Amino acid sequence: MSGELVQGYLFVSAVIFAVGGAGLLIRRNPLVVLMCIELMWNAANLAFVAFARQWGNLDGHVLAFLVIVVAAAEIAIGLAIIVLLFRKKEAVDVDDLRSLRG
Amino acid sequence: MTWVLWAAGAIAVLGAIGVVASRTPVYSVLSLVVNFLGLAGLFLSLHAEFLAVVQIIIYAGAILILFLFVIALLTVRKDPMERSEDGLEGQRHLGIAAAVLVGALLVVVVLSGAPAFFAAEVADDFGTAAAFGRELLVTHVFPFELAAFALMAAVIGVVVLVGRKQS
Repeated sequence: MSGELVQGYLFVSAVIFAVGGAGLLIRRNPLVVLMCIELMWNAANLAFVAFARQWGNLDGHVLAFLVIVVAAAEIAIGLAIIVLLFRKKEAVDVDDLRSLRG
Repeated sequence: MTWVLWAAGAIAVLGAIGVVASRTPVYSVLSLVVNFLGLAGLFLSLHAEFLAVVQIIIYAGAILILFLFVIALLTVRKDPMERSEDGLEGQRHLGIAAAVLVGALLVVVVLSGAPAFFAAEVADDFGTAAAFGRELLVTHVFPFELAAFALMAAVIGVVVLVGRKQS
């Protein structure tokens, strides 16, 4: 069916990105902040895949796949850092982490 | 087939809102699963079957299990994970306003700049594992190697960070 909306996919992608951004700004639990970053990456992925479908080539798929790989690496490191933070400071709120403040 | 777009898109957006709105991180993770399932549906409707499966296996499977493990290990003792409202003043309103602004900007750009409908019918094997593998391992083999390197660096980093014995 040729009448499929590419704009619809991009709209959904933009909305998810904005919701993730909102969460990044208003939530202060480090775990939830990481999840919101995931949301934003996935929104970008959706746009990649939609454009790949639009132009009929697979480069967008490869890029989305690499984003998934890098997200996995980032989550592993991020969760390790969060585990360390919990061990050291019992921090459940990113506002507790201000030792670098001048 | 437009209904697939709107149904899966609504599921994905509702999941995303659930992530941000839940008070407890466990519910955030579960909402994230819903969001990923919606996204996998969207990928399927875009002929990206391999990516849809990868999305389910890697994200909904591996990464979210990692999240659940960390939550289970770290937050057994305390349930209110977040203090209510004693941080930055007006953080919530300003954050929501900024996000709405960014979202509106993106939507305007999308609606004015992007083409409205999909152009061509795609090839029959578009997005299958075979076509994707050819693209990834023949055309884009260098980024593939870089990704492998990044994963290895991440694994070593995690082991160095948390694998040490506490003294």
